[in-house]
Amino acid sequence: MNTRLDRFKLGGSYVVLVILTAISLFPALWILMSSFKTGNSLYSDSLIPRELTLEHYRNLFENTQYIRWFANTFKVAVGSTLLGTALLLLGSYAISRFRFAGRKTTLKLFLVLQMFPGFMAMIAIYILLNSLGMLNSHGALILVYGSGAIITNVFVAKGFFDTIPQSLEDAARIDGAHHLRVFLSIIVPLSTPMLTYSSLMIFNGAFVDFLFADLILRTEEQRTLAVGLYRMVSQRNSTEFTMFAAGAVLVAVPVTLLFLFLQRFLIEGLTAGASKG
Amino acid sequence: MTAHRIAGAWLSVLLPGLGQLYHRQLGKGLSFAAVAAAGWYAIVFQLAERIEGLLTLGTNPSGFRKVGKLSVMMEGDHSIFLMVEGLIALFLAFLFAAFYLLCVRDAYRTGMLRERGDVPPRLKESLKQAGYKHFAYVVLFIPLSAVLFLTVLPLVFSILLAFTNYADPVLPPAHLLDWVGLQNFVNMLRMDIWSGTFTGILSWTIVWAVLATVTTYVGGVLVAILISQPRLRWKRFWRTALIVPFAIPNMVSLLVMRNMFNNQFGPVNRYLAYFGIEGIPWLTDPFWAKATVILVNMWIGMPVTMILAFGVLTTIPKDWYEAAEVDGAGTFQKLRHITFPMVLFSTAPLLIMQFAGNMNNFNVIYLLTNGDPVNIDYQFAGHTDLLVTWLYKLALNQSQFSYASVIGIAIFLIVASLSIWSYTRTKSYREEDMIQ
Repeated sequence: MNTRLDRFKLGGSYVVLVILTAISLFPALWILMSSFKTGNSLYSDSLIPRELTLEHYRNLFENTQYIRWFANTFKVAVGSTLLGTALLLLGSYAISRFRFAGRKTTLKLFLVLQMFPGFMAMIAIYILLNSLGMLNSHGALILVYGSGAIITNVFVAKGFFDTIPQSLEDAARIDGAHHLRVFLSIIVPLSTPMLTYSSLMIFNGAFVDFLFADLILRTEEQRTLAVGLYRMVSQRNSTEFTMFAAGAVLVAVPVTLLFLFLQRFLIEGLTAGASKG
Repeated sequence: MTAHRIAGAWLSVLLPGLGQLYHRQLGKGLSFAAVAAAGWYAIVFQLAERIEGLLTLGTNPSGFRKVGKLSVMMEGDHSIFLMVEGLIALFLAFLFAAFYLLCVRDAYRTGMLRERGDVPPRLKESLKQAGYKHFAYVVLFIPLSAVLFLTVLPLVFSILLAFTNYADPVLPPAHLLDWVGLQNFVNMLRMDIWSGTFTGILSWTIVWAVLATVTTYVGGVLVAILISQPRLRWKRFWRTALIVPFAIPNMVSLLVMRNMFNNQFGPVNRYLAYFGIEGIPWLTDPFWAKATVILVNMWIGMPVTMILAFGVLTTIPKDWYEAAEVDGAGTFQKLRHITFPMVLFSTAPLLIMQFAGNMNNFNVIYLLTNGDPVNIDYQFAGHTDLLVTWLYKLALNQSQFSYASVIGIAIFLIVASLSIWSYTRTKSYREEDMIQ
């Protein structure tokens, strides 16, 4: 008796989902198509261009320092991921496992630090580095991203460690394992899902940050991809739109693929982070 | 033999390390004494001067002085350096005080050991013990010092700037800064040019945060419900397709959107033209620009809520729905009385976090509209500027560092009070045991 109504509802759901999927994929599709389009203007009369060309990609590699920027980005992102994950692991493990004097204060400190607008500290670091004459270095970026990662991820990581049963460690300790040994051979392997999530977040953060990197990196050779892309848009917006499109595709592809492949860890991490309360 | 702990402690008060030497802990004593000597040296010869620098921010301005017949450019004090050095000195002094206390305590404890007739541990044993008993501190030392010097110190510095007159045209090294107390805060609230902009931007920031949070939240939950309908097929496909906006770095997608919504050449207006809707000024008209940022924010933010809602939806017991059906409930009633309350209950704290996040949502505004269209009544700001983007513009484009810090503190106060409020609310939720 209800079947016709049900079928109608189900059909309606499919229609809505198709529309939503179209909306969610359109920008990606459009920029991809634009990057293969001939000419350099924003305007095009159809979504799929009549003539395909790889010229913009070639242009990007030949006329800008794209490859160099890519190498810089990779260096900064990998560096901050390594540093950030190491600091995060150590810090959140200690906070989760040991009841030491000052533990509550440390947690509160992290909570308060999270509430300040992120780049309030950033501007201060910029002023400091500027007065010290230490601008334009990748090391400064890595340090700042790496140490910033503790503050943004500590609650997710701590929450994860809280779920690993203490008895596992106790068993190892009874067998005579040292703290460090327990940490390295029991805790670290068990926390792969959380590690994947947080290192993905740190990597992504360093990969796409254009604000702080733009402040710190002053010369074209030192730039990262995100800064290069941002500059391209803010300086020669509509005149070289297709070249921007090619650049955007190249920046987005690695991160997007990583995210989609590691979807499972991402979902776990997000769900864990939401219930930190 | 009862005086060991007293003697050790007092010797360590005199100079950390002496007490340890007295307990015949040679390596430990010498290394403590070395640190302590360096610390005392720094305090005696540096601390007072540094603190004076922090308090006065310099007394010797740069400028031309007469030297004989020539006037020569003389470099004076640099207020920013003085402030930073003063701060670092204070931080280090606190650390030194903590070290001092620990040394005295250690000497006292070792004294107690000796009184009981034990042999005080050697350096090697102490190190081993530190790795065992004080593992948490050893492990936390590096991350915490990184946070202390790379986040806390810059933040304190930034907060202090709010109480100085560091705003164009008073810029070091050409000028000296001064402490001005609460003057900047008073100006922000009382002076017409500042207060008009501040209240205008503050109210838009709140409207934006409410709308952005509610739209992405409701949208995300609805989509999740749509996909988790039991008889719907290709669930994995829909899910992956709809997560794509989250996977694309939002810096890239926002720059792309900025072009898509281009009034003249962007594809959005061109497709709308097919339906006879012409020339909507997406990014150039104050009202439409606000609508656009909210729409685009939905595109970016819905996937996260969707992912979280999936998690909650699977935890709702199936028999609740069956019971409701037996009672004759329709789809809408089931949604209203089972699904929504359950989802809302378990994601309520998240909602507040998202609200706070949206108040600080820099990227969406900065990359999409850059705060434009410009509002001529505002001080260095446009119609879509949030407090954060205004802060950024004030600091980096206009060099109004002190006012930027005032805004930063305002944002902190709003976010902090929200979080405290939400914390007490969720606690009361938990205590009420509404659903469990």
